[in-house]
Amino acid sequence: MSDVLDSYPLLLRGAWTTVQITLYGAAFALVLALLFGLAGASRSAALRAVNRIYVEFFRGVAALVLMYWFFYALPLLGLRFTPIAAAVLAIGLNYGAYGAEVVRGSIKAVPRAQWEAACALNFTAGQRMRRVLLPQATALMLPPFGNLLIELMKATAGVSLVSIADLTFRAKQIQASTGQTAATFAVILVIYFVIAQALQVLVRLAERRTERMLGRRPQARPIPIAATTGEVMAP
Amino acid sequence: MNWDWNYTGRLIPDLLDGLRVTVTATLFGYLIALALGLVWALLRRSPSRVVGQTVRWVTEFVRSTPLLVQLFFIFYVLPAWGVTLGPLTAGIVGLGLHYSTYTAEVYRAGIEDVPRGQWEAATALNLPRRRVWFGVVLPQAVRRVVPTLGNYLIAMFKDTPFLLGITVTELLGKAFDQGAHTLKYLEPITVAGLFFIVVSILSSLALRRLEKRYATD
Amino acid sequence: MPPTDLTSPADPMPEGAAGDAVDDVPEGATAKSAAKAAAAQAPTRVPCGIKFEKVVKRFGDNVVLDHLDFTVGAGDRVTLIGPSGSGKTTILRLLMTLERPDGGVIRVGDDPLWHMERGGKLVKAGERHLHEMRKRIGMVFQQFNLFPNMNVLRNLTEGPVHVLGLGKDEAVERARGLLDMVGLADKENAHPTQLSGGQQQRVAIARALAMEPTVLLLDEVTSALDPELVVGVQDLLRDIARSTDVTMLCVTHEMGFARDISDRVLMFDQGRIVEEGSPEAIFEEPREERTREFLRAVLAS
Repeated sequence: MSDVLDSYPLLLRGAWTTVQITLYGAAFALVLALLFGLAGASRSAALRAVNRIYVEFFRGVAALVLMYWFFYALPLLGLRFTPIAAAVLAIGLNYGAYGAEVVRGSIKAVPRAQWEAACALNFTAGQRMRRVLLPQATALMLPPFGNLLIELMKATAGVSLVSIADLTFRAKQIQASTGQTAATFAVILVIYFVIAQALQVLVRLAERRTERMLGRRPQARPIPIAATTGEVMAP
Repeated sequence: MNWDWNYTGRLIPDLLDGLRVTVTATLFGYLIALALGLVWALLRRSPSRVVGQTVRWVTEFVRSTPLLVQLFFIFYVLPAWGVTLGPLTAGIVGLGLHYSTYTAEVYRAGIEDVPRGQWEAATALNLPRRRVWFGVVLPQAVRRVVPTLGNYLIAMFKDTPFLLGITVTELLGKAFDQGAHTLKYLEPITVAGLFFIVVSILSSLALRRLEKRYATD
Repeated sequence: MPPTDLTSPADPMPEGAAGDAVDDVPEGATAKSAAKAAAAQAPTRVPCGIKFEKVVKRFGDNVVLDHLDFTVGAGDRVTLIGPSGSGKTTILRLLMTLERPDGGVIRVGDDPLWHMERGGKLVKAGERHLHEMRKRIGMVFQQFNLFPNMNVLRNLTEGPVHVLGLGKDEAVERARGLLDMVGLADKENAHPTQLSGGQQQRVAIARALAMEPTVLLLDEVTSALDPELVVGVQDLLRDIARSTDVTMLCVTHEMGFARDISDRVLMFDQGRIVEEGSPEAIFEEPREERTREFLRAVLAS
């Protein structure tokens, strides 16, 4: 066990790579999710078709297959990426497709009355989306986004198979040099668990922020009575 | 470099062989996930707080750590403790264990969705505990969660490529081996990817049909 | 029926004089300080009339409006009554461009709402035209529909700033004036969810007025309120009716309120106007059996 812990610089570097790929991949996926999610919620049939094709294609293909494809197949077509870029691209495209479904579903789930009220105030289509629908949809998106973020983080372990020195890759190195198989894998499982918990805390903070914006109190606390009664008559 | 159709044609039988391994691993892994998930879900409702909380954290741990590392653990660590599994078996166990933590959540939600009145009616009839669970609650809970469980079958199918990490020559592994052999990766990996897409889309269509049937009943 | 009040001044008037200056004020309504505030906020634009010409609206096979014709004069206060499903709300929703008509022409002011004139012919209008036309119209909804992602003040300033292009300060000033008028000056930082239904509806009314519409659509604005909160909202609307010259089109099941606020009542059934007339005529001496039947049913409940 101590041999494993002695290799902590390697583990730290690996963990940092894992975190980086996770965050870059998540950022890219978020951009794709918003773009294609908005396309899917649009009134234009063409844009909706674009959304369908993207979602069905990239949800259907496994992240690891995509990664292998970017890493091994595309260079043969003359498209070369750094390994990390290939990994981020593959992960982002894959999880962007799941995210796009979340975005589309959340926008659709905002009550139509809100759209109508925005229309009655003469907001343009863009303003309706940006100022009214999206802010409210965000609250619905965050919990599933939190789950997807953990899934994405777990999927990054696949990059070790295309020789990117992430946490899993370092573990195999340490295992080879120390022979401490059980300890090595146990340690990195714990590190992954800690990363996952940290990501969850971040998402929960974001959730709390949007809930405050929407005037919802944390679920556990009951709504104060003063807020629901005490009608003042119009002057 | 151009696409080589002859090469592609020669690859197909081998890749289909890989697909067979992938499907086998998925189906057996799924059976484990379905059964083990139910065990987790029932244990979480155990009257003992220690048992309930332990199961909660164990499943949370398994669910939030990578399948690939868990596969390494099962394949490389367990032999030292006297449990040696072949690559495919280890892969199936790993998939099953990993996804059992998801199905456990699904069952849990399903059980919580069974109306309180059903429990009360079962109590009023003085049914034995076993009958309450297997005669009243679980049949209703499982029915509600069939579509969600189906989604995890597809998710699991898409996670099987990780098995190549422990030397299982499933679909992607086969494709990669072929590519390494000829140094022409484009065709095998592309075809493997298409196989994945076709199978996932077909199974989602089948699932949607199943969903509709369960919804109308 | 000709428009009753094209000349009513929009500028503030002394409290006592309110009843004399505007002749459509319901008998017995007393002027309140809010009337002054409302008048100060009143639109200075020329009010618009509304004209429906053979308007058809279907939902699937269900014909909701069947070649409907009617006119509302600029500055009129018209109430639509009738059994549910008679197409009253659909009329408001067509005017607010929330639903698209299947036939006929709707005019707001002199211009067609859903059409543009091109080469002497009417063609379907695009979003740009609708945007222009919507500037004339405001709507208050049954369920208030305040934006939960904004506090009360921003609900009132968002439209003026981003649609009308007002400066932030000016929009805030206007919003505060309106909140004062609806008696919620102390709630500007509150969140919609922290308000009672009646308060939310008053904010929604202020929000609609902040856009300075010349036509105000009121869609069963008190139906979702607890009975004890209805009066406050109705009083507010009476004040607005008295102190501004906005054209009001109101769908309601509150016959007393309809009587107070309107100078004309249209009785609808199955997408057609069964009877129309002054509130006195409709409520006291209805000519049509269908109207009598409906009023009996409403009063019984």
